[in-house]
Amino acid sequence: MTSTMELYQLLPKTNCKECGKNSCMAFAAALMARELTPDDCPPMKNDPKYKENYETVSGMFSTTEGATETGLIVHEELCFGCGNCVVACPVNVANDPYGVGSGKAPKSTGKLILIIEDGIVKAQNVDECRRFGKNKILCTGCIVTCPVEAIEFV
Amino acid sequence: MEGNYYVCTGCGLLCDDIEVELEKDAVSKVYTACRVGVAHMKEGSREAVSQVDGKPAEEAAAIEKAAEILKNAKNPLIFGLGTSTNEAQKKAIELAKKLNATLDDTSSFCLGPVVEALLQEKFNTCTLDDVRHKGDVMIFWGADPSDSHPRHLSKFSYFPRGEQKQRGWEEERTAIAIDIRKSHTAKICGSNFFQIPPGGDTEFINALIDGVSGKLPKTSYKFPPKRLLELANILKGAKFGTIFMGLGLLYSLESLDPIIKLVEVLNEKAKGEFHLIPVVGHYNMRGFNENLFAETGYVNCVKFENGEAKHGPEYSTVEALKAKAVDAALIIGSDPLASLPRSIVKNLLDIPIISIDPCETLTSRKAKVYFSTAVTGVECGGSATRMDGVEVKFDPILEAKRPTDEEILTKIMEAL
Ligand code: SF4
Ligand code: SF4
Ligand code: SF4
Ligand code: SF4
Repeated sequence: MTSTMELYQLLPKTNCKECGKNSCMAFAAALMARELTPDDCPPMKNDPKYKENYETVSGMFSTTEGATETGLIVHEELCFGCGNCVVACPVNVANDPYGVGSGKAPKSTGKLILIIEDGIVKAQNVDECRRFGKNKILCTGCIVTCPVEAIEFV
Repeated sequence: MEGNYYVCTGCGLLCDDIEVELEKDAVSKVYTACRVGVAHMKEGSREAVSQVDGKPAEEAAAIEKAAEILKNAKNPLIFGLGTSTNEAQKKAIELAKKLNATLDDTSSFCLGPVVEALLQEKFNTCTLDDVRHKGDVMIFWGADPSDSHPRHLSKFSYFPRGEQKQRGWEEERTAIAIDIRKSHTAKICGSNFFQIPPGGDTEFINALIDGVSGKLPKTSYKFPPKRLLELANILKGAKFGTIFMGLGLLYSLESLDPIIKLVEVLNEKAKGEFHLIPVVGHYNMRGFNENLFAETGYVNCVKFENGEAKHGPEYSTVEALKAKAVDAALIIGSDPLASLPRSIVKNLLDIPIISIDPCETLTSRKAKVYFSTAVTGVECGGSATRMDGVEVKFDPILEAKRPTDEEILTKIMEAL
């Protein structure tokens, strides 16, 4: 995944504020948090001299095939449904401490990100994932607990 | 989704929190089970099949034939039963008594010796629920539950919250792997993976005993003493430690004494208590060991004679076949033709086989008589003993089209 700094390098760097942010750096941060999209920077989108950069940045944020909108990919052919990621995911634990948080079947699937269906992990409610949104952190709960590297973020 | 939970009999973990959806008399969707469990649970719902000489036969005729084979045998072998319910196992023991048969299960070349020592109370043990609620240090030794029992770490031994473990695995639990190769379980243990050379377990155990006793730990293969001391310190600091012992460790030991001693020493030197649980594979192998132990005082390898059980290595499946001591085989839920060495298989092929199995196997195809029976937990209920000794009862999910192992055994017994 790209860093805010790398993204910034690709922006117009004029701090024109048309995007509603105070600076291109702030815009880069908003992009990273997926609050805004590359299209929200009018100069980059419309000015031919930024065309190439615009395409690069857009490419970085287009959803990869098979990926959820937050970039989480499950390699289904690798996953064997051990449930480690399900039980280790802090969001799952917070939302269902006595079900999946305790190693058991979900008591309420409402806000869980990861569940096991037919022996394979299924990602849902991905907007709840700690790696995304305003207060994102570099959570690795589901990555380090997987014995076969079946979960990846792109 | 809360409510109707079923038990998966896919491995010795007997997960009891499985939800299913049905479609046209078959399991169509399975929640929470691992991939092994899903395959196992979708297996059920086949039509009943009985065969004699590889050809379809009426059940009654097949029973008749099976009884005849057993009656004519001087020393029949009854083998398998690791994937049968407690109820079917008890029936098989009764049948073995009546037939003066040799009776054994796969544990004789598996973790049987460890279960035997456990039942003889030679070491401290605990349940998987205890580990979930209290465990702070867990050692996977010569065991790779991530492969063999996929939900072991997520349901019990590492990741879940428990009564006294509310803050999570990163803070409150230390998982350690000792193995000759970097298994999937070892991978999860990260820097707490200790790789030892094949056959190096006994020395490693002794070095650890020295380490926790304040002596310099030494091995002939020069395992770094600093790492060994680090490990010894983790173990000494444990409040509730558990060694999960796998086949890899058992096969490397000449006797169980060193590992029993280690558990003893750890109980002396560590902050809290230490336990050992054998990582039993088949869902009810421990059940067979316990049922036979209750009846005879032995966990496997017995021969009945006028109601009395004789015990010894010569009554193990492998040795009995090698010595051509048995002259018919009743095999329940096992496929020895596929799993035993060729030289032994040869002798097995020389005697009439009766196979009772939910799946068609190499053994069932070569059998004189074959009965396809219900998958336990899917087509029939019953009870089984989890790898930690906890009894788990289960109900069927589907209405069975096939008889159970127990029913077939009962009918054979009646026909004798
Ligand atoms: S609109 Fe584009 S160029 Fe203007 S401040 Fe925002 S990011 Fe920078
Ligand atoms: S990154 Fe963290 S919060 Fe997101 S799914 Fe994985 S474990 Fe859960
Ligand atoms: S930890 Fe990996 S293998 Fe296990 S359920 Fe999650 S993605 Fe699948
Ligand atoms: S871990 Fe074993 S008992 Fe649990 S779901 Fe998987 S196969 Fe079934």
